[in-house]
Amino acid sequence: MNFARNVLVIAVKDLRAEIRTKEAINASFAFALVILLLFSFAFDPEAETTREISGGLLWIVFAFAGTLVLNRSFARELPNDCLDALIAAPISGAALYLGKALANYVLVLAMELVSLPVFAIFNNVTRPVSQQIWPILLVIALGTWGLTVIGTIFSALTVNIRLREVMLPMLTYPILVPALMGAMLMTSSLVMGKPLAGDNLTWLKMLVGFDLIYTAASLALVEIVLVG
Amino acid sequence: MRDKIVYVLGAAAILLLARDINVIAGLPQEANQGAIFKIIFFHVPMAITAMLCSFVALVGSVLFLITRNFKYDALAVSVTEVGLALLLGNLVTGSIWARVIWGIWWTWDARLTSALVCWLLYAGYLMLRRAIEEPTQRATFAAVFSIFAFIDVPIVIFSIKWWRTQHPQPVFWGGGSIPADWYALAGWNLLAMVLFGVVLTAVRFSQEESQREIDSLRRMAHAF
Repeated sequence: MNFARNVLVIAVKDLRAEIRTKEAINASFAFALVILLLFSFAFDPEAETTREISGGLLWIVFAFAGTLVLNRSFARELPNDCLDALIAAPISGAALYLGKALANYVLVLAMELVSLPVFAIFNNVTRPVSQQIWPILLVIALGTWGLTVIGTIFSALTVNIRLREVMLPMLTYPILVPALMGAMLMTSSLVMGKPLAGDNLTWLKMLVGFDLIYTAASLALVEIVLVG
Repeated sequence: MRDKIVYVLGAAAILLLARDINVIAGLPQEANQGAIFKIIFFHVPMAITAMLCSFVALVGSVLFLITRNFKYDALAVSVTEVGLALLLGNLVTGSIWARVIWGIWWTWDARLTSALVCWLLYAGYLMLRRAIEEPTQRATFAAVFSIFAFIDVPIVIFSIKWWRTQHPQPVFWGGGSIPADWYALAGWNLLAMVLFGVVLTAVRFSQEESQREIDSLRRMAHAF
């Protein structure tokens, strides 16, 4: 019970700080828009083939823009030695990690939910998606949790090292390959109007498994990362 | 003493490799593929040895986190480097084979893609080490990352397998019709590769230990 309260305190603190400064979320959303714009030059947005790869494009936008939020997560605590204070605070490392992960999850999800309609409008994906919106949101929710779990633990890992901004994506994307692949394939096939069954269900199970395994591994190892 | 063991193992690895290459060169050509099939006697043992390396890296990393003995950190980094080299050898030999048989250097098939992802994962491990100055922090963070990477390997392999498969089904231990003495030959070459890996790891390991010693001496000198 105490653990849950500690997690919430950290999450609310992070969200409040973000709402006041809006530094990560604004950058993240602006970056997402820029990538969406660049994609329209790379692929003919009117073509049917673009819809087939739309899931892949969408998740590339999410992964790139999400990294901006995740990069800030622990880096924000560096000025005034806030990170040392947080580590010294009478809460477990797992609670600190989970609280930060929750705050990041909300922020990344907010960026994604704003990008999603923009993406749909830019690429003329309207009719089939309206019937598939709930399965798509489920995939986004699960995929984003995978992205956040890995991103938050590596954000803690890279916060004090040289080339932080470069190292975070270098470390997270290869680990995220299974989750991103599953999310991309499912999103594409859902946008094409296929149901969440058969192959898609296998991918969904894989994604859930990925989320569970890495949430558990991160919670187990975060104390070592934070305290050493 | 340790040096002598390494020399003996190195000599054994070289002799065994020479013997295997001699036998492989004398094998008849395969009916469909011609001479290029012989590359498999290196391709498969390299892959298996690389997998062993990632497992040893995991063991070294976990032991470091438990004992905080830098010996295990040195083991983990040495064996990861050797594994990366062997996996690169596996990718290159596979690519040469694919060029001859499929007519292309690369295809986004399941096994090729998973091998590449694993290579990138462990390359990230070495990059992470490069980016951290402080030895204890470097060893700790690298160990945590190594555990994450090892957990990812089976997930990567299975998920990419669902995605697509073009790679021929495993020739050895996969229900293929291979003469019995070829199994033995592949086994011998696997032993040669493992020995080769052990020797390289031992050399890198002693380099890491010396490096640590030099670092601590330098720090002591600065302290005065």
